[in-house]
Amino acid sequence: MSEAVTLDAHVAQDGHDVHGDHGDHGGHGAGHPATTTGLSHNKLGMWLFLGSECLLFGGLISTYMLYRGRASENLGPDQIYDIPFTSVSSFVLLMSSLTMVLAVSAASRKDVRNVKLWLTVTALLGATFVGGQVYEFTSFYREGLGFTTSLFSSSFYALTGFHGVHVSVGIIMLLAVVGMISRDRIPGDRAEVVELVGLYWHFVDIVWIVIFTLVYLIPA
Amino acid sequence: MSESTTLDEMATGTDATEQHAPEHPDDGHAHGATDGQYILIALILAVITAAEVSLSYMDVGPIFIPALLVMMAVKFVIVVSYFMHLKFDNRIFSFLFYSGLLLALGVYVLALATFEFFA
Repeated sequence: MSEAVTLDAHVAQDGHDVHGDHGDHGGHGAGHPATTTGLSHNKLGMWLFLGSECLLFGGLISTYMLYRGRASENLGPDQIYDIPFTSVSSFVLLMSSLTMVLAVSAASRKDVRNVKLWLTVTALLGATFVGGQVYEFTSFYREGLGFTTSLFSSSFYALTGFHGVHVSVGIIMLLAVVGMISRDRIPGDRAEVVELVGLYWHFVDIVWIVIFTLVYLIPA
Repeated sequence: MSESTTLDEMATGTDATEQHAPEHPDDGHAHGATDGQYILIALILAVITAAEVSLSYMDVGPIFIPALLVMMAVKFVIVVSYFMHLKFDNRIFSFLFYSGLLLALGVYVLALATFEFFA
């Protein structure tokens, strides 16, 4: 049997175009069973989850926008924010998106060594960002800005804290994927798993893009 | 490639793609941009971030906030389109994500407007 015929047989058996040659890139090739949409349910679920996360962070950002002017004296946004420090943190998180997309790219080439390398670098950059956030929170607290000091502080800590938790969960996911790849514990399409974690990580980055501008750069 | 091998690959799923990959470089996950293009996109994002921070130290008058919002939106769209591959992926994914985003924008802009007008 020729290879072309074999490929056709493969497509016919799966019930859809596993190689995505017909303009539909949503399925991302083999590794998931045939679905009614021809798309991976895992990926569909991840995008749905990310769409719902927009509502979560939208609520937190709106609450902050509403209360950012309700600060106690000398402990408002314009007094306590350290823009140069936060800018460096933002840059670090932005570059982690680059390393993440390089990991996804390596996964598509089945380059396991580089997948593990870029995922680890992404986790380290994420950990640097979270470390910076812990430092920022600590310094704010020492200046007298506690969680219940004012409506501003509550909404600020809730928003940035939720984001920090998301980054931390992302780091755990990245390291878990590295460990699972190392031990060959990922059944099915390994590249899709890396891509799903990548989608989550990029989402965390775009949320910070919005937070950095609306919270830190636009004055109260 | 023998028929028996191919049938084995069909049973395991992913291995078949590995065999076909050299002939179909755009198969599976290899779509979107190249690594070099991703680095270029990241550089553009870094430059926009630097411009945002620089702008916050300058007195540019009434265009300050609109300029920051435009740069934020550009960065957002670049990451979603290229790094998250939405530009190259199936439109259903775009629909799911942008539905959530637009719903959130609509609901919270209305909520904030309510506080603005009735507070």
